[in-house]
Amino acid sequence: MSWEWSVIWEYLPRLWQGALLTLELVFFSGLIGIILAVPLALMRASHNWVLRALPFAYIFFFRGTPLLVQIFLIYYGAAQFDVIKDSALWPVLKEPYWCAIIAFSLNTAAYSAELIRGAIQAIPKGEIEVSQALGMSKATMIRRIILPRSFGIVFPAYSNELLLMLKGSALASTITLLDLTGMARTIIARTYTPLEMFFAAGMMYLIIAGVMIGCFRLLERRINRYQYYKLDPSQR
Amino acid sequence: MSNPTLALELTDIHKSYGDLEVLKGVSLSAHTGDVISILGSSGSGKSTLLRCINLLENPSQGNIVIGGEPLALKPNKAGDLVAVSEQQLQAVRARLGFVFQQFNLWPHKTILQNIIEAPTQVLKLPKDQAIEKAQALLKKVGLADKQDAYPGNLSGGQQQRVAIARTLAMDPQVLLFDEPTSALDPELVNEVLAVMRELAQEGRTMLIVTHEMRFAREVSSQVVFLHQGQIEEMGPPEQVFDNPQSQRVRDFMSSHQ
Repeated sequence: MSWEWSVIWEYLPRLWQGALLTLELVFFSGLIGIILAVPLALMRASHNWVLRALPFAYIFFFRGTPLLVQIFLIYYGAAQFDVIKDSALWPVLKEPYWCAIIAFSLNTAAYSAELIRGAIQAIPKGEIEVSQALGMSKATMIRRIILPRSFGIVFPAYSNELLLMLKGSALASTITLLDLTGMARTIIARTYTPLEMFFAAGMMYLIIAGVMIGCFRLLERRINRYQYYKLDPSQR
Repeated sequence: MSNPTLALELTDIHKSYGDLEVLKGVSLSAHTGDVISILGSSGSGKSTLLRCINLLENPSQGNIVIGGEPLALKPNKAGDLVAVSEQQLQAVRARLGFVFQQFNLWPHKTILQNIIEAPTQVLKLPKDQAIEKAQALLKKVGLADKQDAYPGNLSGGQQQRVAIARTLAMDPQVLLFDEPTSALDPELVNEVLAVMRELAQEGRTMLIVTHEMRFAREVSSQVVFLHQGQIEEMGPPEQVFDNPQSQRVRDFMSSHQ
């Protein structure tokens, strides 16, 4: 077996470019995903069965089918309809970049909505009752109590979802995008060094994941600081 | 008080869960400054009655008037009464302080944040005024040094005192206490009762569901004894405790002395 370090060094800037695209995909999809997930989760946790039923089919579909299938459906599927090709959406839907963002966003929104719903329902009933007893409106209660409290509960599980999305984003390479995986494959086609390139790409994923995990830990300590707060001994 | 006004008036409150009728027509009124203790064995409907007043439970039947203002009610599909107007319900709830057995402080907020939350969000009090008021209340319940701590840092008795301060921060016209000391270790009960005793002496209108007989006898202007969802006996503490008319109340008192 031959192992060439030099080829890794040579293509490192290109891999880094790919990594930037990966980060971009994860960041924007994560952002759009969480914005979609919050109202969906509130609907899923509602006492009104119509509101609860509405997002069900969407969440069921996106959790029940492979992400790859979803990407293909959006990327290849959209082009099959003249209505779409003639519409204002086409400039967006013909771009693999946006197709990937749409697929990732919808996918992570479905998972995150269920995570947040679980967190909302895990808030002890008494904390909601006391908000009602103090005269809060539903909107105030959601904004001031339910959402902040459920973010604290959901955060560890949600950071897991973001890590899964980081790795799921490798599927963007199947629709011509040169993300970290796509870039590695392109370089391999040129240099025939699959072992070196996948090793280098894997390391980059590890480093990104490591940084993300570190950030999550800091954020967790900030969001759930009540769990870490200690009275100074003189106060006890 | 020469001409006391009615702070709270409950008429013919019923509550059923399916076939089980927990409250079978309870009527009760509190004048301003009254301290009414509600006693009875478990399952007699005491807590349910208290929770029906601010619609944490929806009564099946009955009328609720707070400070002369009737709470408009309408039946829902399940046959329970719900508020006609959410706005009125919120306004009425803001005037009724409710203290829970389990304190129900928000664990992710500091003690100070717990207290200023409703005044700033519901009454729209400016934050600096709310903080000033909260600090005065914390001092009153003896926890001035704990404002930056979190509920998890405090003992049960301290948490309940914060919960009382949080309720007082809304300047409620009537205070409802739902077994406020039942979740506490015995040695922590007195610090909470001391705060409540002080509130009673200030002339606040209070309804207290409790098992603390000595406390009830000492602070109450009226004592109500509930049995199987009905008022078995009602009167001044000397009557209900020392000379009850009902055999049922006599039995209860002799087993709780």
